[in-house]
Amino acid sequence: MALLQISEPGLSTAPHQHRLAVGIDLGTTNSLVATVRNGISIVLNDENGRAMLPSVTRYAADGGVSVGEAAQAAQSEDPVNTIVSVKRFMGRGLQDIGDISRLPYRFVDADGMLQLRTVAGVKSPVEVSAEILKVMRARAEAALGGELVGAVITVPAYFDDAQRQATKDAAKLAGLSVLRLLNEPTAAAIAYGLDNAAEGVYAVYDLGGGTFDISILRLSRGVFEVLAANGDSALGGDDFDQRIHCWLLEKNDLSALSPQDTRLLLTHARAAKEQLTDHTETRITAVLSSGELIDNELTREEFQEITRNLVQRTLQPMRRALRDAGLEVDEIKGVVMVGGATRMPQVQHAVGEFFGQMPLTNLDPDKVVALGAAIQANLLAGNRGSDDWLLLDVIPLSLGIETMGGLSEKIIPRNSTIPTARAQEFTTFKDGQTAMSVHVVQGERELVSDCRSLAKFELRGIPAMVAGSARIRVTYQVDADGLLNVSAREMSNGIEAAITVKPSYGLSDAEITRMLQDSTQHAQDDMLARALREQQTEAQQLLEAVQQALVQDSDLLNETEKTRILAAMDALSGVLQKTDHHAIKRALEALNFATTEFAQRRMDQSVQRALGGRKLSDLES
Amino acid sequence: MAITLTENAAKHVLNFIAKRGKGAGLRIGVRTSGCSGMAYKLEFADEVGGDDLQFDSNGVKVLVDPQSLPYIDGMELDYAREGLNEGFKFNNPNVKDSCGCGESFKV
Repeated sequence: MALLQISEPGLSTAPHQHRLAVGIDLGTTNSLVATVRNGISIVLNDENGRAMLPSVTRYAADGGVSVGEAAQAAQSEDPVNTIVSVKRFMGRGLQDIGDISRLPYRFVDADGMLQLRTVAGVKSPVEVSAEILKVMRARAEAALGGELVGAVITVPAYFDDAQRQATKDAAKLAGLSVLRLLNEPTAAAIAYGLDNAAEGVYAVYDLGGGTFDISILRLSRGVFEVLAANGDSALGGDDFDQRIHCWLLEKNDLSALSPQDTRLLLTHARAAKEQLTDHTETRITAVLSSGELIDNELTREEFQEITRNLVQRTLQPMRRALRDAGLEVDEIKGVVMVGGATRMPQVQHAVGEFFGQMPLTNLDPDKVVALGAAIQANLLAGNRGSDDWLLLDVIPLSLGIETMGGLSEKIIPRNSTIPTARAQEFTTFKDGQTAMSVHVVQGERELVSDCRSLAKFELRGIPAMVAGSARIRVTYQVDADGLLNVSAREMSNGIEAAITVKPSYGLSDAEITRMLQDSTQHAQDDMLARALREQQTEAQQLLEAVQQALVQDSDLLNETEKTRILAAMDALSGVLQKTDHHAIKRALEALNFATTEFAQRRMDQSVQRALGGRKLSDLES
Repeated sequence: MAITLTENAAKHVLNFIAKRGKGAGLRIGVRTSGCSGMAYKLEFADEVGGDDLQFDSNGVKVLVDPQSLPYIDGMELDYAREGLNEGFKFNNPNVKDSCGCGESFKV
């Protein structure tokens, strides 16, 4: 509980009011909204008591927009203007979408993200998704009786930056403030982890409408550690509908259907799939626009047969995820099922067989993601104490170290799941160097000056050695709370220095976005800058080495040779501070060439000295 | 039943009153507020009200209004340090549920 201070009479501070926040599962097929009420996460229903809103948006010629059931009902008759599974298009270009001929839409290839031409004009997937989010927001505000502070929106673990950004933009368009985007499997784990308080390693098998994700998570005392994640971003319940659709085409010798008929058959296919969860057979009847009657009976066995390879396709990512996590199947304590498609008996059976145990289904697989998101939203809105865990499952920007020449060497790349630890060995740069400065930086850019400085510390007491022979191991460790620990250890004498920094809270989302954009925009500049710094560092090292050699062994050279080397050194010094890395490289090579003979003689001399006047025959005996 | 202060809490209360320069004691009560229904009131008291119940614990005079007492009877006030924060902590046996932040509670 909170700690209180004594106030002046009558001036006790008012405790905060409950802040309204929701979790939204913006799904490919269905979307849900949930919130935490009286400490319990619940899904909010619409006025008809339905929890799931079909993720379908229909645009009408008069500019009207319908979302959900109403739009879905119009799918068959108006497929071109009724957008389903829009999530597949979020942040994607036309070339990213597989077989567009199966889809009934009129695509417009735009820069970056594709767009859809509807009767109400050209719409981007962001706008289409925003319509769904607007309905979710209105439902939440009506149910909770107030304005929302913000929302946590879930995304598949495999969503890349463009897809995540598109989701955030859609929320902004819908007037929602995004508290955080949360990976769907992690949200499911939150729902299960808190409700059941079960510790151990779990697999989250999420077969949604359009995506398949498998995540291996370790749950302990409310802290979620993502050990591995894998999946297939183009596999889901929709594909099972497609399979039935194709089966119908085959059975009835049909080809090239109109968009209306395609949509009609897909709608029937989905109904048949759902029927077969509880029934062993189902009948599909439909009348095509040509008047042709479709009437087929599909048994569960036949359905399982035609979708067998879809189920099989989920097994390979499961094996890969386990391998990445370094775990055997029998180390998995439980398997959480997420997504409506996991209701299919053959999916449950295959997963059960793979893991050697029956998967957990005690939370509604359709709702579990939204429930977890709501718990996270409640936390982020500040309705829970600060002593509660705050989930932070990936680091948003790379963590690096400054190396010679002001370059950032990345030790932990961004999007690494945490907790994580990485180590790298570094060495000294100068002869007899006894201290090393460790500068911890955050960001994607190549130059330290363009990244954010997090911390600096020094490792002292390195034994004096020749440059390059000390071995200093620098370890970066990010724990589950997002705390970064950096330690440096000299390997021969074991001296160590360490520092703790908090990386993730230092940057706002806007800063992170700006920095990511910067890094892509400046990738070319950065490469040049890196090449320049590398050449400068190398040149500096060579100049120092030659300088030292001249002091020690100038007697090995005649005047002409000395003049030539000095001239080459001057030339290199001259271009050193300029920005042309090619010029530096040329001068560097010239100096190298000019000193080859000198280096040879020095080598001979040191060999002679080592022999100390003894004859070769003395050594051989 | 009564309201008590731990030795540590009493030491800090006396210290705060001394620093403030005046005060008849410490007023503890509840009000209806916050997300779980009730919130604690912890104030310096300059005068003793007519209805106030008085408790003496470790040298501190604690004043409680009769309406508040049922909600906090048997409570022990402690002084604690949690991380960088320190302050008074209510160990209230009547609480059935409290808001995550701990600033408000239900009985």
